[in-house]
Amino acid sequence: MTENNGLGPSLLRVQDLETFFTLRKWGFLRVGEVRAVDGVNFDLREGEAVSIVGESGCGKSTLAKTILGLQQPTGGSVHFGDQVLDTSDRRQMDWYRAQVGYIQQDPYGALPPFMTVRRILEEPMIINGVKSSSERWQRMEKALTELKMTPVEEFLHKFPHQLSGGQQQRVVIARAKILDPQLIVSDEPVSMLDPSVRVEILELLRLLQRDYHVAVVYITHDLSTVRYFSERIFVMYGGQLIEKGLVEEILRNAKHPYTMALLEAISDPDPENVNTFKKVPGGEPPSLANPPAGCRFHPRCPYRIDGTCDQKPPPEFTMTEQHRVSCWLYGDAS
Amino acid sequence: MAQDNGMFRVQDLYLSFGTKRGVVQAVDHVSFAMPKGQTMVLVGESGCGKTSLGRALLRLLPRNVQSYEGSVYLNGTDLMQLSEERFRRDVRWKQAALVPQAAMNSLNPVLRIVDQVTEPLETSGSRKQWAQARQRAEEVFQLVGVPLDFLERYPFELSGGMRQRVILAMALITDPELIVLDEPTSALDLLTQANIMNVLKRIKQEKGFTFILITHDIATSSELADLAGIMYAGQLVEFSDAYSLFTEPLHPYSQKLMASVPTLKEDKTLEFLPGQPPSLLQPPEGCRFAERCPQKFAKCSQEPPAIDVKQGHQVKCWLYERGDKRDRK
Ligand SMILES: Nc1ncnc2c1ncn2[C@@H]1O[C@H](COP(=O)(O)OP(=O)(O)OP(=O)(O)O)[C@@H](O)[C@H]1O
Ligand SMILES: Nc1ncnc2c1ncn2[C@@H]1O[C@H](COP(=O)(O)OP(=O)(O)OP(=O)(O)O)[C@@H](O)[C@H]1O
Ligand code: SF4
Ligand SMILES: [Mg+2]
Ligand SMILES: [Mg+2]
Repeated sequence: MTENNGLGPSLLRVQDLETFFTLRKWGFLRVGEVRAVDGVNFDLREGEAVSIVGESGCGKSTLAKTILGLQQPTGGSVHFGDQVLDTSDRRQMDWYRAQVGYIQQDPYGALPPFMTVRRILEEPMIINGVKSSSERWQRMEKALTELKMTPVEEFLHKFPHQLSGGQQQRVVIARAKILDPQLIVSDEPVSMLDPSVRVEILELLRLLQRDYHVAVVYITHDLSTVRYFSERIFVMYGGQLIEKGLVEEILRNAKHPYTMALLEAISDPDPENVNTFKKVPGGEPPSLANPPAGCRFHPRCPYRIDGTCDQKPPPEFTMTEQHRVSCWLYGDAS
Repeated sequence: MAQDNGMFRVQDLYLSFGTKRGVVQAVDHVSFAMPKGQTMVLVGESGCGKTSLGRALLRLLPRNVQSYEGSVYLNGTDLMQLSEERFRRDVRWKQAALVPQAAMNSLNPVLRIVDQVTEPLETSGSRKQWAQARQRAEEVFQLVGVPLDFLERYPFELSGGMRQRVILAMALITDPELIVLDEPTSALDLLTQANIMNVLKRIKQEKGFTFILITHDIATSSELADLAGIMYAGQLVEFSDAYSLFTEPLHPYSQKLMASVPTLKEDKTLEFLPGQPPSLLQPPEGCRFAERCPQKFAKCSQEPPAIDVKQGHQVKCWLYERGDKRDRK
């Protein structure tokens, strides 16, 4: 719990979180489970930005949905302020939905096609009891102005398909912040967002975080963008957070073999690259329906300690107060 | 001009599609020339026409083509002048092959890998031919790093990374001179992506293929690039050696695009381009980038030609018109 460095009161605390999906045959026969989120712990302080980085299918979106209360965890707990979330508590969930904003970074699918921008923005306010229409108007005007969608009147009556990808994305951001949430979760899928559009979105999120002291969880598969954004990075692999630390620390002094491999695999745009080969391990990401025993990375790991890594799941070892690594290279297995 | 030995040359290639809403000008008078044995990367934002250009080079066109013109010289022959029949018989696969976007998902699920990989060889029924085909399949599998026993398997038994290698093997099996790769690694996890780039790099160094790599991933493209082309709204706006483009892009669009690419190792301030590319249905007159260009001036309302700034480096921008640079307002 000291992980957040005591720099501020804790806003969100995720403890031993597990979200498993049951796999069924013919609709009822239980044949197994997908361990999409498997023992995740972290702590986020008010107004802080963190990034969760991991490859396709490692469980990022499931983690996001569980944090947002859109998905019932099968184990562990999510604490928000002094409350423990309970997805079956309708009243608590209604309250919680106003505290958290969700940005699904899918420029083509995140907005309902038959609603105007005005309805898209007004609906969450009506649901959450913003009764005065002049207040709703003020909030819409403010949100759209901040996101540089002016003149506001011109955008309010448009439908999503009448907007460019970047503009649609801004409407999604406006909707996520219209109730002044304390936390925004932004989930970027492995879509082909053009780099320029992505930079623009990151920029907007950062302004929200700074100006309104909103905490942000930014989820991405691209490690190279996050250094421009957050203070801390959590690296996710096979349903688990395998390394956590300050951005600079992770980039310069990564400890987990998977993080090191990721850093090696990522290219900077440099013409000298043509002359060198990358030293990256082969293999494939683990199946979450049938994850490897021990460390999830061990089948691909060049530093694997046989007899340990393939048998016992590594616990989280503390490098420094801020830097935690789940890897047997940094602790004693006996 | 037709005798460009050692060069692959494209002149005024134009491809448009007919749609209900009008004509989409997907490839608009693209010209470039590259020495054989090198790799050119083609980058640009989604929808700028990269895939269309790749398909136009190989004549793999959708039904709704409205107009398809220009010249594509390979070994001194203008492929555009060949009949469909001759193109299919003499060029496709044998001289030039395309690995389409998302090809790894298009393998036939009910055919063994070996039968699919050898398909481009058009093996007839004879035993001897079949044995030769199989041997060739083994050679290319070794080249791309797929275990030989995978030849006997079915696509669903292979991971995405392995399927992508199989697709690559299939393009190599006929030993074509030119291979166009459309987003060959975009759908793969990062470590697999890096492994496949290693494979491509090794093949390129050892075997001297000519590659055209189409991608929206600029950072990764630098792994393979000898030459680079930047596309914007259906046009090639800059073409040069990779070194110049990655270190000192000249076209204002190239500059902004490069500035938006994040880097891990060095600190830089990321920039982005406000606005969006123009519609290819009714592209604006003049420079297509003018609306978003921070440096536009009066002349930009006319379409700029591709200007040679030095040997092998063309920029489609009025700023580089000789002697005119100082006159801009
Ligand atoms: N409703 C579900 N039922 C069964 N399995 C699921 C369900 N949702 C997700 N999964 C599985 O859980 C795993 C994690 O999926 P998730 O969408 O969280 O990954 P992700 O990291 O967000 O991937 P991406 O980067 O591709 O978006 C995957 O193996 C996925 O197939
Ligand atoms: N068969 C078609 N009919 C009509 N329009 C088409 C057709 N194929 C492509 N287009 C349009 O032509 C333009 C260029 O498309 P293309 O697929 O070549 O782009 P791209 O650069 O490969 O994009 P991406 O990076 O998303 O793959 C787009 O506006 C696209 O919508
Ligand atoms: S625990 Fe073992 S297998 Fe896992 S990353 Fe560390 S060294 Fe490699
Ligand atoms: Mg996801
Ligand atoms: Mg494409």
